[in-house]
Amino acid sequence: MVEWTDAERKAIIGLWGKIDVGEIGPQALSRLLIVYPWGQRYFKAFGDLSTNAAIMGNPKVAQHGKTVMGGLENAVKNLDNIKQTYAKLSAMHSEKLHVDPDNFRVLAECISLCVAAKFGPSVFTAEFGPSVFTAEVQEAWQKFLSVVVSALGRQYH
Amino acid sequence: MLSKKEKDLIKEIWERLTPVAAEIGADALLRMFASYPGTKTYFSHLDISPNSSHLLSHGKKIVLAIAEGAQDISQLTVTLAPLQTLHAYQLRVDPRNFKLLSHSMLVSLACYLGDEFTPVAHAAMDKYLSAFAAVLAEKYR
Repeated sequence: MVEWTDAERKAIIGLWGKIDVGEIGPQALSRLLIVYPWGQRYFKAFGDLSTNAAIMGNPKVAQHGKTVMGGLENAVKNLDNIKQTYAKLSAMHSEKLHVDPDNFRVLAECISLCVAAKFGPSVFTAEFGPSVFTAEVQEAWQKFLSVVVSALGRQYH
Repeated sequence: MLSKKEKDLIKEIWERLTPVAAEIGADALLRMFASYPGTKTYFSHLDISPNSSHLLSHGKKIVLAIAEGAQDISQLTVTLAPLQTLHAYQLRVDPRNFKLLSHSMLVSLACYLGDEFTPVAHAAMDKYLSAFAAVLAEKYR
């Protein structure tokens, strides 16, 4: 069982409330496909991924990014039962999609970086007011994502 | 593999960050300590609380080393030779931790650069920091 402190729960739910799934999702998936191009092996049916511009403008990538990011909603709503919540998705990624589970970790990193770029800047400039993505919030958020990543890989055999 | 464009971009970004090296470095270290508490074990001899002078000076050292390497990436093995020896024979930081600092550094960069932390910049930085870490670990065994 994952133990969440009150501060961590607050940070995760607070940050999730600010995140626009339709914005961060597509950004994160595009970054995965650009920064780790071997990830494209799972998206042969998505059409043109030949250039960064193609990836960033690809509507299937955007839609899928949104879907994946939206899936985190279930995890946020079920912080104390993430493993069970993702059991079916995990089995599907293993048996149907055959996705190397290391990609979940990589996508999680991309998500964190997109969130940092969006919510982090005020860490360095006081004029934007108190920063949202502090080291403490980052810790809680990354812990959350690592639990999701672990749950997604759980049913592989 | 880094293209010429990527090398120029990396060089340009790190040049720009040099004046705020202490802030960026301290931020990256703080984030690493918060997210990966095991990394704190290497710093029991320093005061690594937020805004401590140790944290700022150590963060500055790290960022300046990364910035120096960025000046001529093709010469990384030469530039990093002294640091290679230091890490391999004295500090003996488990090189798996380099990945953790690299990720934390990318988060700090994303926070500092915001929109300018484009996918292209992200890819270039990730590749550079991976190369830097690999060279740093070369003398370990």
